[in-house]
Amino acid sequence: MPRLIGVDIPNDKRLEIALTYLFGVGRTTALKICADLTLDPGLKARDLSEEQLTTLAGYIQKEYTVEGNLRRELASNVNRLRDIGCYRGMRHRRGLPVRGQRTRTNARGRKGAKKTVAGKKSVKGMK
Amino acid sequence: MGRSVKKGPYIDAKLALKVERQAVSGGRSPIKTWARACTIPPDFIGHTFMVHNGKQHIKVLITEDMVGHKLGEFAPTRTFRGHTNKKEAQRS
Repeated sequence: MPRLIGVDIPNDKRLEIALTYLFGVGRTTALKICADLTLDPGLKARDLSEEQLTTLAGYIQKEYTVEGNLRRELASNVNRLRDIGCYRGMRHRRGLPVRGQRTRTNARGRKGAKKTVAGKKSVKGMK
Repeated sequence: MGRSVKKGPYIDAKLALKVERQAVSGGRSPIKTWARACTIPPDFIGHTFMVHNGKQHIKVLITEDMVGHKLGEFAPTRTFRGHTNKKEAQRS
């Protein structure tokens, strides 16, 4: 299997899909990359030549932030909010939704799995 | 939805004036304010504000990273002391 930018090994899928295995590349970006390099998006990743791989890697690294760099950028954005002591930073620190969603119910993605509290009335019962 | 670019950021006029005066005189005493909706422009850096949270004024020292945020973001309006856990509830 070919290697592209560090650890990512897209398999024998079409190029437009194989590229999305990179963190930071989705369908839209993948197609755009193919178009910019005049590569057939339907080409299987295993059929790529060495030369094509190097141009791909070079182009992606030059034009886009992907993988580790992108992850670092995202983390630093969040850390900035945490450090300045603003409301959004506080929500990040507490692991609660940041954009004003309700927390009486739902918000399970941020809060994690339900922790049942004994004796607590259900939402229906609170009315 | 963001604010229209045409209008520019909302900066409380009176507050900006006070900061300007303080910058000229060199004073660095905290400025009491209720203008929570005021966006922080770069000239506010280094000044201290007492931002109202509905009850008290919270001291906020403006740093470079805070530019573009609003003053109210740094003065929380709610106090959450946590839910009572089982042991505490039994004791009372």
